Amino acid sequence: MAEKKLMKGNEALAEGAVRAGCRFFAGYPITPQNEVPEYMSWRLPQVGGAFVQSESEVSAINMVYGAAATGVRCMTSSSSPGMSLKQEGISYAAGADLPIFIGNVMRGGPGLGNIAGAQGDYWQATRGGGHGDYRTFVMAPNSVTEMGSFPHKCYEVAFKYRIPSMVLTDGIIGQMMEPVEFTTPEVDPKALPEPDWAIGVNHNRAKRIVKSYDLREGFLELMVNERVKRYKQIEAAEVMYEEKMMDDAEIAIVAYGTSARVSVAAMKLAREKGLKVGLFRPITLWPFPKARLVELSKRVKKFLVVEMSLGQMVEDVQLSLNGRAEVHLHAKPGASVMTADEVYRTMDAIVKKGAKEYAAAK
Amino acid sequence: MQLQNKRPESLLDVKMHYCPGCGHGTIHRLVAEVMDELGIRSRTIGIAPVGCAVFADTYFNCDMIQGPHGRGPAEATGIKRAKPDTIVFSYQGDGDLASIGMAEIVHAAIRSENITVVFVNNAIYGMTGGQMAPTTLIGQKATTCVEGRTAKQSGYPIKMCEMLATIDGATYLERTTVHNVPGVIKTKSALRKAFQYQIDGKGFSMVEILSMCPTNWGTRLDNPSEATKFVAEGMLPVFPLGLYKDACAVKK
Repeated sequence: MAEKKLMKGNEALAEGAVRAGCRFFAGYPITPQNEVPEYMSWRLPQVGGAFVQSESEVSAINMVYGAAATGVRCMTSSSSPGMSLKQEGISYAAGADLPIFIGNVMRGGPGLGNIAGAQGDYWQATRGGGHGDYRTFVMAPNSVTEMGSFPHKCYEVAFKYRIPSMVLTDGIIGQMMEPVEFTTPEVDPKALPEPDWAIGVNHNRAKRIVKSYDLREGFLELMVNERVKRYKQIEAAEVMYEEKMMDDAEIAIVAYGTSARVSVAAMKLAREKGLKVGLFRPITLWPFPKARLVELSKRVKKFLVVEMSLGQMVEDVQLSLNGRAEVHLHAKPGASVMTADEVYRTMDAIVKKGAKEYAAAK
Repeated sequence: MQLQNKRPESLLDVKMHYCPGCGHGTIHRLVAEVMDELGIRSRTIGIAPVGCAVFADTYFNCDMIQGPHGRGPAEATGIKRAKPDTIVFSYQGDGDLASIGMAEIVHAAIRSENITVVFVNNAIYGMTGGQMAPTTLIGQKATTCVEGRTAKQSGYPIKMCEMLATIDGATYLERTTVHNVPGVIKTKSALRKAFQYQIDGKGFSMVEILSMCPTNWGTRLDNPSEATKFVAEGMLPVFPLGLYKDACAVKK
């Protein structure tokens, strides 16, 4: 068994990235993600990596764009307002097929919002966020241990399919301390094969160009469509989710990250009161676990989406189910956290409303 | 017959898209000659900007990267820190470097990133069709100041070499021109020094090169001397040529 350490979520995210082979980090201070650059600033030099505190989020993402083009595993992190600034660079990385890795420790928004944990960047993360047609591989951890282990998967997917990848977490998971166990294998970047697209020292080979544009008529379409093929492969092979007490569930809560943790407590409360509630937790937010939701809808007819936003993931649940089941929403925007009791009461109301309608129909 | 001069190996034999009388072709060639002479082609990474030189990625015979407008120095930072054994140059125009990318160039200099910046100043936005640039002269006409730039409306042209010279991290800054033969020769020696400093690990260097844009200046394409005259009489008084900083100069 691996050694257990007490760490903050943000520190685990940084350490997880280093263990997954990250050797370059650029970032800018913003709460509640500051522990990531702070940790990287002393940790990367220990493993022969480089750390730069950039002048802005814009610069940070472009430093990562440059470093990624050399085939090095690299990372930038930020929190919501800073992520807005990074979107141009993420779009370019997607357009140039660069495997960058990004951590977004979400806080309240829009605007400066506040510094408490929130889930208001779901659309930004899963819809691309920047300009143009593209996708980003997005994972949502719900514990400090997952913060430490997800970078490994993110790099794996990013390099296999040449796509930007992201850990989408929030200020609560970022700031809280938990015992963490690093179970993913430690990656030695020197042992990894040099990618056949990376720019660098170019003895005895043709020149390489990393770029996101093609002005020739029809060629951009070919470029994007080639990428779409990879997106389809990711959708087929890389979906991850977790289910709790779904076997006999009549209501399924759909929640990720901190909301999923609250939902576990709500589920237990509901079970005590005799409601057959289960939890479906998407781990990859893109690709979204559509097929599994459709499968579940054969026997579960009520879904309750619980999120710390005005209701963003609920749209993905609706799109996935496409009318096959009821989709309800327990939304908590403005960087507030719902209580387990509030979620239980919503479930109770959904069940009672259902029963009344059932009686009326008879 | 003996071949006296040939295309540098660092420049590919492809048709360039630059307009007649434009200085980019000359500057590309000078950069390529320097790469050849210093023997660094096979470990050089060039960064193409957004602007007229965006297609530089297809012209230079070395690894190239093209990224967001003005962010070349940030990309260069990432590349150089990740792969310190490479030689990295960022090729940028005035809108790219002195307007949208002002923060990136200033902070690359502050950190004294060990990179070389080739800054082409032609006082206009070329690719987008002749809008006012941060280096557009007072009185100079552009599509966004049709009566000529006024200080009241748009402030004054920015002098990058002078400004960056105040930064401790800037190692080498020189302003040259390609509007005449002595200027071309001087530009090459400045570029050579800028790349040599990078090879020697001396830190941030930038060569600001005054260049022509007959198409967007509205000077006659069939009479290139109109454009070179604009550099000589319009730009030189505002952007004086010369060495602005050489932190490694041998003191005599």
